[in-house]
Amino acid sequence: MTNPSIASRVSGRNRARATSLAARVAWVMVVGVFLCFFALPIAWMLLAPTRSDAGIVHGAPLTFGSLDDLVAGWQHLYDFQSHAIVTWVSNSALYSFSALAITLVTAVPAGYALATARFRGRVVLLTATLMVMLMPNATLVLPLYLEMDALGLAGSRLSVILPLSFFPFGVYLTYIYYATTVSGDLLDAARMDGASEWMVFRRIALPLARPVVALVAFFSFVHSWNNFFLPFVMLPDSEQYPAQVGLNTLLTASPMFNSSSGISEILRPELALAAVLTSIPVLIVFLFSQRALVSGMTAGATKG
Amino acid sequence: MFGVVPVAYALWLSMTNSSGQLVGLGNFTRVFADYRFGSAFAHIGLYVTLWLVSLMVLVVTLALMLHGRLKRTSAVVRFICYLPGAFAGASSVLIWLILLDPVASPIGPLLRAVGWNSAAQVMVPENLPVIFTIIAFWTGAGSWIVIMYGALNGIPNEVIEAARIDGAGAVQIALRIQLPMLRKWIAYMLILAFAGGAQLFVEPQLVGTASFGQVPDDWSPNQLSYQYAFVAADFNGAAAIAIVLLVLSLGCAAAAVFKAGLFERGHS
Repeated sequence: MTNPSIASRVSGRNRARATSLAARVAWVMVVGVFLCFFALPIAWMLLAPTRSDAGIVHGAPLTFGSLDDLVAGWQHLYDFQSHAIVTWVSNSALYSFSALAITLVTAVPAGYALATARFRGRVVLLTATLMVMLMPNATLVLPLYLEMDALGLAGSRLSVILPLSFFPFGVYLTYIYYATTVSGDLLDAARMDGASEWMVFRRIALPLARPVVALVAFFSFVHSWNNFFLPFVMLPDSEQYPAQVGLNTLLTASPMFNSSSGISEILRPELALAAVLTSIPVLIVFLFSQRALVSGMTAGATKG
Repeated sequence: MFGVVPVAYALWLSMTNSSGQLVGLGNFTRVFADYRFGSAFAHIGLYVTLWLVSLMVLVVTLALMLHGRLKRTSAVVRFICYLPGAFAGASSVLIWLILLDPVASPIGPLLRAVGWNSAAQVMVPENLPVIFTIIAFWTGAGSWIVIMYGALNGIPNEVIEAARIDGAGAVQIALRIQLPMLRKWIAYMLILAFAGGAQLFVEPQLVGTASFGQVPDDWSPNQLSYQYAFVAADFNGAAAIAIVLLVLSLGCAAAAVFKAGLFERGHS
């Protein structure tokens, strides 16, 4: 005879263990499905350039082809419009880094001022920042085109760099950071000690903001590098295209998607290779920035 | 300079005709009457709804599931989710164009099981909102998972601990404590995702190129606006469409801001 209360306790514990096991299995399955969703396309994309197009269509999925195929694919891609791919990537680098430099010089002080100084029109400016941040591209791109046209800049590299440097999201991030984590007392104390506004910013506020500066730089770079619509509208000439618009040219030229194209070498491996090559800089930034991204975000913004 | 001036200029353009005379709302009634206008906004509306719902439900669920688990596993998972963001824009479209082609895709059998045997059968206009949601989720969800995870870290441990002592399970803690405390972040995410979603341009443009004419080049409002400006040389009509998009986005953003109290500090 077993004591019924012990029996029920044991079965209860078993049930609890069973549900926790079921929960764990469910957890692994759900997360597993999402992992496959996020990771498989990347794996495919990295493997595709090592295979021939026929290999991709007929062979087993997700296998490594051969180095010869990789070299051949690169040769085809490099020959396209006489090494256009190199031009596009260097254009992207030029546009993104120039925009990044201008953004940092303008957005960080602006966010700092919005967070620490109390001046008239502050709320209006803040709201305007948020609003512009949300503005649909089309509202800006087309008038920007006309504005640049009026200034005689349309079609020039500056017509892409200048609008990209304008980055309200960076202002907003800096604002949130200063408003929530940097104590006003600290800055006041420095002022009391006779530091000028510039000194306070330069010596105290700026060093404190290192995580958020990194964050703004990161977002600005990725934003510029991935921008498509603006250069697509502004730039008339393939010589000036950044990588993103270049990919569009490549896609249009590929016989896979355009049967009237006279070019027959730009197939799946070449397209995948181009996609990987044009994304490498962002990929590198991503690899190095995740830690900064998390700590910056958690330090900077969660206390709001 | 690059924000307010263009908007003011767009507003001015949308109210004038090509020779600069005020026409009031003439441009608006003209583009409203355009047969492409309604469909472009219907497309984008459907897409944005799908995109926002999937973002809200899946990102928050995943962030909650990853939170409080084995630190290292969760960090690896987050990193993998976040990595596709590096391929945003044209490269992601390019990749998915190939991946959704049953002929070459590693998930080809899956696609064929649904009854799609060629890219032309996948890239039909009815599927586009779903396809764009998949692409956008693939590239965009990871960074939001990272951000939500960070926000979850910001919730004081004592609160969670207290709830646990009171007998709350993981699900109850998630629903009653973590979710309400994430409110601001969810609103923030939705606003930015809405703004981004309404701007859809590169995806339909590339898919349009690659669909052998099945997908029109005025699928999204941004494309229609582009058509107006650079194909029909009608900048006033283009500006009118842009202003409609702007008003819609700002209206939704304002609603979300007030609803979630994004600007309030100290109490929430």
